[in-house]
Amino acid sequence: MLRLVLIRMLSAVPVMLIVALIVFTLLRLSPGDPATILAGDAATPETIAELRNELGLDQSLPIQFVTWIGGVATGDFGQSILSRMPVLTLIFDRLEATLVLAVTAIILTVVVAVPLGALAAWRLNSWVDRAVMAMSVAGFSIPAFVIGYILMLFFSVKWELLPVQGYVSPFVDLSAAIRHLILPSLTLALVFMALIARVTRSSLLEVLNQDFVRTARAKGNPGRRVLWSHALPNAAVPIITVIGLGIAMLITGVVVTESVFNIPGIGRLTIDAILARDYPVVQGLMLFFALIYVGVNLLIDIAYIIVDPRIRY
Amino acid sequence: MQLNRREALLFSASAMLFAATSRTVSAQVNGGTLRFAPHSALRVLDPVTTSAYITRNHGYLVYDTLFSVDSASVPQPQMVDNWEMAEDGLSWTFRLRDGLAFHDGAPVTSEDVIASIRRWWQRDVVGLRLKAATSDIVAIDDRSFRFELSGPFGVMLEALARTSSIPLFIMPRRIAELPPATMLEEVVGSGPYRFLPDEFRPGVSWSYSRNEAYVPRPEPADGLAGGKVPRVERIDTIWFPSPDTAISALLNNELDIIESVNPDRRASFDGTDVKLVRKGSPSASTIRFNWAQPPFDDVLLRRAVQKVVSQIDYLDVAVGDPDAYQECGAFFGCGTPLETDAGYGDNGLHNGDEARELVAQSGYNGEEIVIITPGDVASFSTLAPLTQQLLTSIGIKSRIETMEWSSFLERRSRTAPVSEGGWNLAHAVFDSIDLLSPLGNMNFDARGNQGYTGFVDDPETEQLKNRYQGEPDPAKQKEIAEEMQKRAHDLVFYIPLGTYYQYTAVRPEISNYVTAVLPALWSLDKA
Repeated sequence: MLRLVLIRMLSAVPVMLIVALIVFTLLRLSPGDPATILAGDAATPETIAELRNELGLDQSLPIQFVTWIGGVATGDFGQSILSRMPVLTLIFDRLEATLVLAVTAIILTVVVAVPLGALAAWRLNSWVDRAVMAMSVAGFSIPAFVIGYILMLFFSVKWELLPVQGYVSPFVDLSAAIRHLILPSLTLALVFMALIARVTRSSLLEVLNQDFVRTARAKGNPGRRVLWSHALPNAAVPIITVIGLGIAMLITGVVVTESVFNIPGIGRLTIDAILARDYPVVQGLMLFFALIYVGVNLLIDIAYIIVDPRIRY
Repeated sequence: MQLNRREALLFSASAMLFAATSRTVSAQVNGGTLRFAPHSALRVLDPVTTSAYITRNHGYLVYDTLFSVDSASVPQPQMVDNWEMAEDGLSWTFRLRDGLAFHDGAPVTSEDVIASIRRWWQRDVVGLRLKAATSDIVAIDDRSFRFELSGPFGVMLEALARTSSIPLFIMPRRIAELPPATMLEEVVGSGPYRFLPDEFRPGVSWSYSRNEAYVPRPEPADGLAGGKVPRVERIDTIWFPSPDTAISALLNNELDIIESVNPDRRASFDGTDVKLVRKGSPSASTIRFNWAQPPFDDVLLRRAVQKVVSQIDYLDVAVGDPDAYQECGAFFGCGTPLETDAGYGDNGLHNGDEARELVAQSGYNGEEIVIITPGDVASFSTLAPLTQQLLTSIGIKSRIETMEWSSFLERRSRTAPVSEGGWNLAHAVFDSIDLLSPLGNMNFDARGNQGYTGFVDDPETEQLKNRYQGEPDPAKQKEIAEEMQKRAHDLVFYIPLGTYYQYTAVRPEISNYVTAVLPALWSLDKA
């Protein structure tokens, strides 16, 4: 296990370097320029040129890249061009809200969707199965922002039960944090529930037809025990894969839900930085996201080993 | 009804969760804190580095100005107590009010003011003219200073009261002495509110606390002038990327004021006690031509497009609600001191036959022109398709190229031909306060390729601006402005597409909200 972790950590270094180079190049190739944005609509060419000089954007691209990557190697990801705040401060300031939202949504999803998917497989072609599949189709088909606004309309505006917007840290005020998390995490969960319920169902259906399940039944094990103790652990690998990638997707891409519920998370920071061509922030975020995917993939591999001892790396 | 053990446990857990979460949102109301949703997110703190409105609006809370405009756009003294212009017009002396102090406790002195002016006038378009006309600024004592000029500068008060694009905010000398390209990281002013740096979350939220030491003017608040009394203890400013969420938050009493509500969303407040206040400065859409490239380097073709444009068509499509828009051919704004219809009556009237005639007379040879437009800015969304339709109606071929805002700004600044990444026609949307002054109105930047996008090249207009700058008599200023407007209509500097208002939504707990050209949050009360 330790060997696996060490190998993965070492192999992450060239991956991160390639990501850094690609992101840096793509940003510089894309039209638009932070000095133009910063100076504003009414700026003169002289003002823009002065700002480009102040920001170091008039230096050659190789010098800009080496300066940046040299800073990253020493833990300095640079400053935001617009707010002048350190990139790492900006990222970590926004990370908590997204992490809390993503983890809550995933817990909610797993707690509801895995049993629902299992039940649908166990009661194949019954009304339960059809209901779960119908819910999955609806979850896939309705965009997250529509679900969000519908929840907001009823639970906040009409019934005044929950706040419309904002994020409160659970480390500051747990009750307020829960109230602020319910609607956005439910919005995200409804979408992911559909995916995970379907994967659980199809994965279990494959396992339920295998000999060891038939043997377990023949030995007189109750149906519930066969499902949860025999079948589900053997169907877990694809479910873990989807849950793991779901966590990574939620952390890196909950832009719509964060915008609808006005949550200051990492998704909004990414879009803001890209639109403003805030190069250091975009570059820092992309490295961070690459790291998340590397980390999540490692965790998924470790989880495979735990649930299926036959798997070796 | 009987519950088994599991159902009882579930019921209890649900009840506990509901108890923890069922406090209604109205309990969040804090009488001492104003919760404000601005039109945009604050990311840049230095009001000299950028001309972004949100940074300017932030500046008005934190910094003070020597003069400010009242509701009639007339400059009134703010930090200045009294002033005097020499008979020959070549020197102006100003004396500051008593008791002015920065947020760090230091008194505001003439040296601070002079350093602030020297930083500001390197960036603002009117400031640049003042700089060119000034031979020196001299500190007479701690509270008095004097401009010594090389020529008359009749618009001195207008310059010092600039509201857009870069106002003259007064900062401590140690900060103001930094070059304008070096962005300020420290926010120290002498205005009615103090910025709270530890609570600044760029692009998300930021806050201010009342400046207890602020000494307001004795006059009642009027526009941006008069007594700026910081009544609420604290201002929490929250940016909403989604206007629907902001409206829901206001209705749910999580916000007190939304700065900008589009006319088409007014119905959201029907049946509620939220007040909708028409904003003090309307928006003005325009068509700009690229004078630096064919075919719109030809005045006849520009006139052809001018002849076929009807402002009402644009306003109906873009705004829809006649209560919220106004036809306006005055290049310096309608309802402003320089409002005039000079030139508009002769050139601004719709006539399709004459337009086609002008196309035939011009050098247009059927080439496809490129209209560039930002796809991510709502106020632009309807303009390009309508313009394309009008061009087609008079035989001009065109294609629309859509891009996002930063690419649009960069592309619009290029003078090159279309084949090298240039453009032929673009739209621009202004806040009307940008148009008030013949010197500050970017549409009258007539310096060709060195000037504002569109690259209008007309040395005579630059001469007229010089005359205006030296003229202290308002009646004569207006005559020059009329001459400038007539020329701009004749040569088709750009085509105005009318003006339209947005609204500010204010909860009933807020009283004494003063309408100004930008949010004046210092004079209101919260119940």
